[in-house]
Amino acid sequence: MVELPEPLLRVENLSKVFVVGLFTRRRIDAVKGVSFTIGRREIVSLVGESGSGKTTTAKIILRLEKPTSGRVLFEGRDVWRDLRSREDILWYRRSVQGVMQDPYGAFNPFYRVDRVFKQMFKLLPKDMDDEERWGLVEKALIEVGLNPRYVLGKYPHELSGGERQRVMIARALLVEPKLLIADEPVSMLDATLRSGILKLLMKLRDERGLSILFITHDMGLAYYVSDRILVMYRGELVEEGHPDELIESPRHPYTKRLISDIPLLYRKWSDI
Amino acid sequence: MPPLLKLDDVYAQYITRYGTVYAVNGVSLEIGEGEILGIVGESGCGKSTLARVMMMNVKPPLHLVRGRVLLQGVELNRLPRDRLKREVWGKQVSLVPQSVMNALNPTMRVRDIIRDFVKVHNPELDDDEVYSMARDRFEELGLDIRALDLYPFELSGGMRQRVAIAIATLLNPKLLIADEPTSALDVSTQKVVLKLLKRLWNEGIVKSIVFITHDIAVVRQIATRIAVMYAGKIVEVGPLEEVIFKPLHPYTELLISSILTPEPEVKKRGLVEIRGAPPDLRTPPRGCPFAERCPYATDRCRREEPRPVVIGSRLIYCHLRGGGAA
Repeated sequence: MVELPEPLLRVENLSKVFVVGLFTRRRIDAVKGVSFTIGRREIVSLVGESGSGKTTTAKIILRLEKPTSGRVLFEGRDVWRDLRSREDILWYRRSVQGVMQDPYGAFNPFYRVDRVFKQMFKLLPKDMDDEERWGLVEKALIEVGLNPRYVLGKYPHELSGGERQRVMIARALLVEPKLLIADEPVSMLDATLRSGILKLLMKLRDERGLSILFITHDMGLAYYVSDRILVMYRGELVEEGHPDELIESPRHPYTKRLISDIPLLYRKWSDI
Repeated sequence: MPPLLKLDDVYAQYITRYGTVYAVNGVSLEIGEGEILGIVGESGCGKSTLARVMMMNVKPPLHLVRGRVLLQGVELNRLPRDRLKREVWGKQVSLVPQSVMNALNPTMRVRDIIRDFVKVHNPELDDDEVYSMARDRFEELGLDIRALDLYPFELSGGMRQRVAIAIATLLNPKLLIADEPTSALDVSTQKVVLKLLKRLWNEGIVKSIVFITHDIAVVRQIATRIAVMYAGKIVEVGPLEEVIFKPLHPYTELLISSILTPEPEVKKRGLVEIRGAPPDLRTPPRGCPFAERCPYATDRCRREEPRPVVIGSRLIYCHLRGGGAA
């Protein structure tokens, strides 16, 4: 028997229940029995509308939120049970990095941009000196298409939204992660700046072999950037497929409705 | 027929102690009766400021420094604010703002918000008359009348937006200005809101709509004409499909090519990367505002402001299309 290679990330039957309210306790099933994998050198998109549970899923993978049940396996290790020592946790934080939606809120406006890199230094090897560290920063900035001499020393407000999001990606790259969790990384950017960030993500996949979980509400973006699309609806994974297949012949009723409601350029809605 | 609304060489600026933001720089635009004009542009291009100028809801730090705003020939810019409030807003021109949550008073039920709104214009109506008017309109538009008894926060995002639109059009204004009315909504809810706008227009409750958005695919579904804004100026105006499928201004071309909708025609084109960023409107450039990022820019573009060129039913502000010196 041929053994299939273990995927980089395996999410198994993941659930998260939030209990809210002080007097009338209410259960919210944010994530319900979600399973999927992400392979090496693969961009997988998680598409869903607000409240569908996509960000909660991302947070559980990033170890920011504890699952109610189910497992997240990274390179075969259960990230909620098998990481016992500080070393294990540091290993995981180096392996999986996140880039979040808001390139404005991720910065403290009173500090120079340099600080977001300094905060990452504790994840770099201890024997590395400052010169080597800043050398890595410069390399990462160049890789994301920024000029280190232009960016370093600047305050966040002196950079555009697209530049700030590139800085956040460069920051994540500093520790050479294997998986990048990008939660709505371009949703706050103008259309003319989006393509550049999407291209960058694809370049990182091709050149570094980086795997990316791309979280978005915008099926259009997922269609361009992904190798595979997962559709989430009310906490559940309802459909999975190759972008072209999924757009051309969606199977689940929710995906069908979602796709028919997306405003397009070449087709005008007939029912408006 | 004279246009419903006419902007004549309008300049609007935010003037503060710390400096001036040149938000709208010489915009001339006509909105005819029976049209849905889409105004598209990226964040900070001045499109929301233009919406405020269109109804002359201009108060410090925003100033109209030059130009005229004519509603059916009447110069709105000459009317005092209290007359605009009583006679124009809500009755002639209405605005649905970007953030509806801030526009609807959270401490009042929807029906009381409606009562206060109507009584500004028609103080002679009693409460029951206003309520029955609201109920009739909600029914006509297919909105659940139970929403009238709820507070804004009890409504879903899409319902809240539809309620705001129903209120804004209750007095049958001729012109409805909708500023990013669907931007915060999921696609299916967005479609419901667009359908409502189209219905108001189909049924003649409003004569014309100005639809302001950053999303060209949305405007494609609803508008009849489209105006593209960049750095406080209009760069191209024309019939919807002509502008989208055969853009003449380099910025329009770029903006259209940056649209990522899930369709094979668009995917074939691939991802087009665009360099640079829009200019800072505190120090607007001298010549064409797009010159710095334009792949075809010449020295003249950086030096001289292009004048409008008419090509067919389109208006383009570009030296490449023959726009002479101003």
